[in-house]
Amino acid sequence: MRILPEKEEKETGALGIKLSPRLFELLAKLQEIELEDFEMEVGDLELWIQPGAVAPVLAPQKAAVAEAPKVKGKPNQIIETDFIPPIETYPGRVVEVKLGATKAEGGTRGKSIIIGGETTPAFYTFERPTPHPPAIAVDVFDMEVPLAKAVKMHVKDVIGDPAAWAKLAVEKFGADLITIHLISIDPLQKDAKPREAVKTVEAVAQAVDVPLIIGGCGDPVKDAEVFEAVAETFAGERFLISSVTRDMDIERCANFIKKNGHVALAFTPMDLNLARELNRKLYDYLPKEDIVMDLTTAALGYGLDYAFTNMERARLAALMGDTELAHPMSSGTTNAWAAREAWMKMAPEWEPRELRGPMWEVVTALTLLLAGVDLFMMMHPAAVKTVKDVIRQLMGGVSASNEKLVEWVSMKI
Amino acid sequence: MGEKSKPSLKELSPIDVYKLLPKINCRECGFENCMAFAAKVVNREVAIEKCPPLLKKEYENAYKQLKEMLKPAVKEVVIGVGENAVKVGGKLVMYRHELTYINPTAIAIDVTDEMADEVLERVRRAESLHYEHIGQALKLNMIAVRSTSNDPEKFKATVKKVVEATKLPLILCSLNPDVLEAGLMAAPNSRPLLYAATKDNWREMAELALMYKCPLTVSAPNNLKLLRSIVKTLLEYGVEDLVLDPGTFPDEGLADTINNFTMIRRSACKHGDELLGFPILGIPMTAWMNSTGAARELLVWKEAYHAAMLIVRYADLLIMHSLDGWALLPDMMLRLNIYTDPRKPVAVEPGLRVFGSPDENSPVMFTTNFALTYYTVSSDIESAKLNAYLLVVDTEGIAVDSAVAGRKLTAEKVAEAIKTSGIENRVKHRKLIIPGKAARLSGEIEELSGWQVLVGPRDSSDIPKFLQEKWSPS
Repeated sequence: MRILPEKEEKETGALGIKLSPRLFELLAKLQEIELEDFEMEVGDLELWIQPGAVAPVLAPQKAAVAEAPKVKGKPNQIIETDFIPPIETYPGRVVEVKLGATKAEGGTRGKSIIIGGETTPAFYTFERPTPHPPAIAVDVFDMEVPLAKAVKMHVKDVIGDPAAWAKLAVEKFGADLITIHLISIDPLQKDAKPREAVKTVEAVAQAVDVPLIIGGCGDPVKDAEVFEAVAETFAGERFLISSVTRDMDIERCANFIKKNGHVALAFTPMDLNLARELNRKLYDYLPKEDIVMDLTTAALGYGLDYAFTNMERARLAALMGDTELAHPMSSGTTNAWAAREAWMKMAPEWEPRELRGPMWEVVTALTLLLAGVDLFMMMHPAAVKTVKDVIRQLMGGVSASNEKLVEWVSMKI
Repeated sequence: MGEKSKPSLKELSPIDVYKLLPKINCRECGFENCMAFAAKVVNREVAIEKCPPLLKKEYENAYKQLKEMLKPAVKEVVIGVGENAVKVGGKLVMYRHELTYINPTAIAIDVTDEMADEVLERVRRAESLHYEHIGQALKLNMIAVRSTSNDPEKFKATVKKVVEATKLPLILCSLNPDVLEAGLMAAPNSRPLLYAATKDNWREMAELALMYKCPLTVSAPNNLKLLRSIVKTLLEYGVEDLVLDPGTFPDEGLADTINNFTMIRRSACKHGDELLGFPILGIPMTAWMNSTGAARELLVWKEAYHAAMLIVRYADLLIMHSLDGWALLPDMMLRLNIYTDPRKPVAVEPGLRVFGSPDENSPVMFTTNFALTYYTVSSDIESAKLNAYLLVVDTEGIAVDSAVAGRKLTAEKVAEAIKTSGIENRVKHRKLIIPGKAARLSGEIEELSGWQVLVGPRDSSDIPKFLQEKWSPS
């Protein structure tokens, strides 16, 4: 089980309640505007860009014609130099993992999603393109859980109804996948039976046709039991089982995942050696293409630096040929809400928290996006929307070149 | 690359440094011997100037060689003077895990020469925005004065007003050299950063930089060949302290922006390209361009996440417009995270900590030995001036929630910590307050330790309130 978001606060500032949904609307509108502009630009470009011509920085320059001779004294014209993009090649490649299965593939999902496949560090698109855009899963809980106010205001009508929550997340928030967190199976909470969990998953799978991630409660024995029941009932769906940990019966988990055609999320607590060790154990039963890894996400301000460096190192190691780390990475980005500054009421200069909270989630996500994360588990609709926009923009394709950019200096705001 | 390249800093070993040291083991540096000193130098924990003999005339050559060998891949540029001066760049490595990042990304807030009273208001706000996080101060660092009027007199008057109001270093922004010079006259000897030399005005800007001894920004949007060429030209011209602006293209331009920043830093750190070995300026406030009609909070939102990405991807300084704390706090927090030395231990010593002057009736709480958790909890207890015992349980440096999930924090460990800490001799009661996020362990802890468990708050900021309402030793 991932760290849950923080407690709910009681105050209901009128300002806050208005602001956050408004922000989401505004973001939605902005995207429409941007898309219009974007299409126009592409049209314009086609008129005059020669086929094959690319942005100057993306194309290697022609070999240097000898640099201008050194002028004595102060130069009176620009001394031309060359720039060669610093492109490298790597022996390693991250494996591609397919999540979800369509009817043709043996499941019932509307589409499947492929993550991974990188041959270059995160978004070094000057070097090689990013093979698949990172995907975003939105969290859905099967019972009431403590939620930050900024999140709760967007989902209050669907709490307790996972199917409706999933539908909202897919249709309104733009979720690529849904994570259904089966919190109620926790022996220390409701201790719900595996067949009840199966029923919940069934309802969610009926409500939405995106690939699903099945989240447990953190109890190694109960999770295995429930995961097995879900895996068997939904054989062939390529659900991501979140998660398989070192203290679980690895053989049993790997076997029901393999037998029923699902994918394992290998979770380790921020230690690359443990991650390698768990992956090695899984290799005894599962092909590499059936393993995604979660190296632990800590919140901005509360250990994000460890998470970032751990993931950056893992990805660089994978590219350098460490096959035990060459798996797509998943991040429980919702952990951002564990930071008190994400939900707490603070002095007026830091308010409103209805904006500070989702920005906390955005910054946590984007930091890890640049470390190489392939799959985000997120919560706030405005954060999901922004991260999706950034991913689309980073995938590139259109050159930014804009002679007008320097005008920021004299821009009036 | 055309330029000479040298071995990357990562390849540098203590032996390389040792060879050039006096090798007399005089211990004047405070270390056991020259080899120990060399190891510290390679780790950047001590400067070679701490070796007094090396500074003598006879070692002049060795000193110069060491200086060159230890030169950072990215030049360090100083903006401003005196105690408020800000150092930017000076980066030794591309990835923080290769050593550590130094000189945290400086954040400048803009004012313009056509703002009236707002100028001083913004300067005051930029100076006063301040947040304490686990003993670290988060704050803004500079003021960028932009000329929107293109009128030298107006610019001069505004710069004068700003200089009188603040000691924060300045960035003077105009592409018109006459305007910039007027500004420079109003800020004598204060070493502002000049923005910017372009392909059209580089010569006049170079003259200003030399005359007023200021660092100079080179701007060549989305054109690294031109950027490199202007840098080479300015170096030949005699301007040594440069800052690079490859353009911060927002939105659809993000891919190019991130590519350019990354290519510059890789060229400098991995390919020894000295022409690109300068600090990089990011300008997230370009998110405000062409924004007529857009809602203000949306632009603040956009600027903040552009800034975050640039902090991760190698920006050494940023110019921003928004002064909204909700947007700046996450950025400043990220900067603190990214610039934390990764060699710093993740965990603190487990064991019993005593706060204030507790007695036999004082509360006993426990937390994990993850450094951030421990410092957060202890600073909350300290600032509330509580008298209490805090048991630090060894969770191998993992936070409460992850440690519970990952079985690093178990009832056995808690019971063991109670036994070995000797707390049972210090208090009469047998009541343990456990973190709210470890609530699920309460039954087992009671069973194994024989102590009664009180489930405390999920966040340590609520400890004072919790104790007031719930604590009683009997």
